[in-house]
Amino acid sequence: MSILVFVEIAEGQIKKTSLEAVAYAHAMGGPVTAIALGAADQSALTSLGKYGAQKVLHAADEKLNKEVIQAYASVLTKALQDEGADILVLASSSLGTPVAARVATKIGASLATNVTELPDTTAGFVVKRSIYTGKAFAKVTLSNTKKVIALKKNAAEAKEVGSDVAVTPYSVTLSDADFATKILSSEKATGEVLLPEANIVVSGGRGMKGAEHWGILEELAKTLHAATGCSKPVSDMGWRPHHEHVGQTGVKVAPQLYIAVGISGAIQHLAGVNSSKYIVVINKDADAPFFKAADYGIVGDAFDVVPKLTEALKAAK
Amino acid sequence: MKILVCITHVPDTTSKINFTDNNTKFDPTGVQFIIGPYDDYALARAIEIKEANAGTTVTVLNVGTADTEPTIRKALAIGADDAIRINAEPTDSFFVASQIAEHAKSAGGYDLILMGRESIDYNSGVVHGIVGEILGLPSISPVMKLDIEGTTAKLAREIEGGKEYVEVSLPFVAGCQEPIAEWKIPNMRGIMSARTKPLKVVEPKAVDSGVKLQKFELPPPKGAVKMISADNVAELVTLLKNEAKVL
Ligand SMILES: Cc1cc2nc3c(=O)[nH]c(=O)nc-3n(C[C@H](O)[C@H](O)[C@H](O)COP(=O)(O)OP(=O)(O)OC[C@H]3O[C@@H](n4cnc5c(N)ncnc54)[C@H](O)[C@@H]3O)c2cc1C
Ligand SMILES: Nc1ncnc2c1ncn2[C@@H]1O[C@H](COP(=O)(O)O)[C@@H](O)[C@H]1O
Repeated sequence: MSILVFVEIAEGQIKKTSLEAVAYAHAMGGPVTAIALGAADQSALTSLGKYGAQKVLHAADEKLNKEVIQAYASVLTKALQDEGADILVLASSSLGTPVAARVATKIGASLATNVTELPDTTAGFVVKRSIYTGKAFAKVTLSNTKKVIALKKNAAEAKEVGSDVAVTPYSVTLSDADFATKILSSEKATGEVLLPEANIVVSGGRGMKGAEHWGILEELAKTLHAATGCSKPVSDMGWRPHHEHVGQTGVKVAPQLYIAVGISGAIQHLAGVNSSKYIVVINKDADAPFFKAADYGIVGDAFDVVPKLTEALKAAK
Repeated sequence: MKILVCITHVPDTTSKINFTDNNTKFDPTGVQFIIGPYDDYALARAIEIKEANAGTTVTVLNVGTADTEPTIRKALAIGADDAIRINAEPTDSFFVASQIAEHAKSAGGYDLILMGRESIDYNSGVVHGIVGEILGLPSISPVMKLDIEGTTAKLAREIEGGKEYVEVSLPFVAGCQEPIAEWKIPNMRGIMSARTKPLKVVEPKAVDSGVKLQKFELPPPKGAVKMISADNVAELVTLLKNEAKVL
């Protein structure tokens, strides 16, 4: 039983969540074939061997440089067939999730997204998935021989278990129908830590009082090599871009550490952060509901506490 | 133009989640149900398109048991013309998507099928993709902007860290999110007229999806918060380093 893992590339490098997908497939018992689509850094691809891939396929066709969902789904379906693989593992994301949906439908697979743990195979094939926006989990049996599993961040730990492996070019035939959606252009923040991938997130709410005050949060984020997030009103008012808004109707994050500054902790906001390992809350109101969901809390004025925290972190380095 | 909007009937975003029957059933006690927030955006945009294009009809569809009818009526009150309820427990995404696709085929196809980017109960984010694949249509999600000109549409899709602008010909399937439109609140006239708008109940077709629920689980309760004085932030750094080990 071979497992195919679709790895996503960001700025030439393998995304961390995709490394976790390789580690997950390896922990399932492999053998693991990883596949990358479009332009990618060759040394990044060979390094997939370290995380548990026995084989790495690279479909470098330049038509795949744009991440067109139907085209990606077609290529992965063909690769599953060519590799004789019954299972596809990938990371849940704005690309991975829709691709998973289409591939599963093409091949008649049992499909589960937002999977948080390794499968339990003591009785059937049971995976745990996050539901109700992080407020609960469901254990579901995937009974078809073919399976497509899309992981939530931290479902497996990306650790080195092997060594570099040679990259095999993978040639594809694409049809016009695969490109029915045309990507005209994209705007993407570069060089920043991506919010859904980040290990540490520094997030600000309405308590920050205005876009012009984000400098102190950015400085803190930079010191921690963290991504920045915000509450919904903050993005509604245009203080921060929409893709930074965390919560029920925004991004669901799962960092090691979430630092919330001037956010009251409404249940809709908490829904996006409850998969965080540790939560720090800084709020001037000791009764802010967020403290109930926090591991560490400081009651104080953000404009006083945040710069002091940044200094203390720099001093501790 | 014919538009289909697929809506979920889900616990209000402030609900506490509990289960019964040995953790195999959702406990609706004290829970208020709403149209899925993302589905509400899809519906709002559909109504805007209808208002701007004479002759457009908006049909709402829900796969659910009779309990969902008040939620469906609300969608009619917001401005949909008619509704379909496929009478089944929405057990999983492939089952639901198959029912939606079956309806679309039997209705002779739609020019536009709008959904939410994800349901807030199952959070799968896949029903639009599965419907697209079954019907052989493109599927695009999450869509933040949708403009239609003749038979082509221009959309903005959110991607990690930014946006992507795409163009696609009708028909297609889209999963919507803000700020595609403003949520609409039903007015008195809408509520009155919703009572007499057609709501057709259809029996589901048999589908085996290969996914079966075993058990629900709640996350372990959170431990007590440790408070640190604002005058002593260095202590927080120490705790993050040595206790939480996250630095
Ligand atoms: C259907 C629905 C979906 C929603 N989805 C989301 C979502 O996805 N994400 C989301 O975030 N919200 C969401 N909301 C909104 C949510 O209910 C809250 O309104 C929102 O999270 C509040 O944002 P906030 O905490 O930034 O602002 P506020 O509630 O105004 O809180 C500001 C906080 O800052 C503190 N403060 C003020 N000044 C300072 C200072 N100088 N220093 C330190 N602290 C200070 C205050 O004590 C207060 O606690 C949703 C709402 C609905 C109805
Ligand atoms: N039971 C259902 N009835 C109608 N539409 C649904 C149902 N479940 C999901 N959908 C639609 O599919 C979208 C994505 O759902 P999901 O894949 O479950 O996250 C939702 O936002 C709805 O528009």
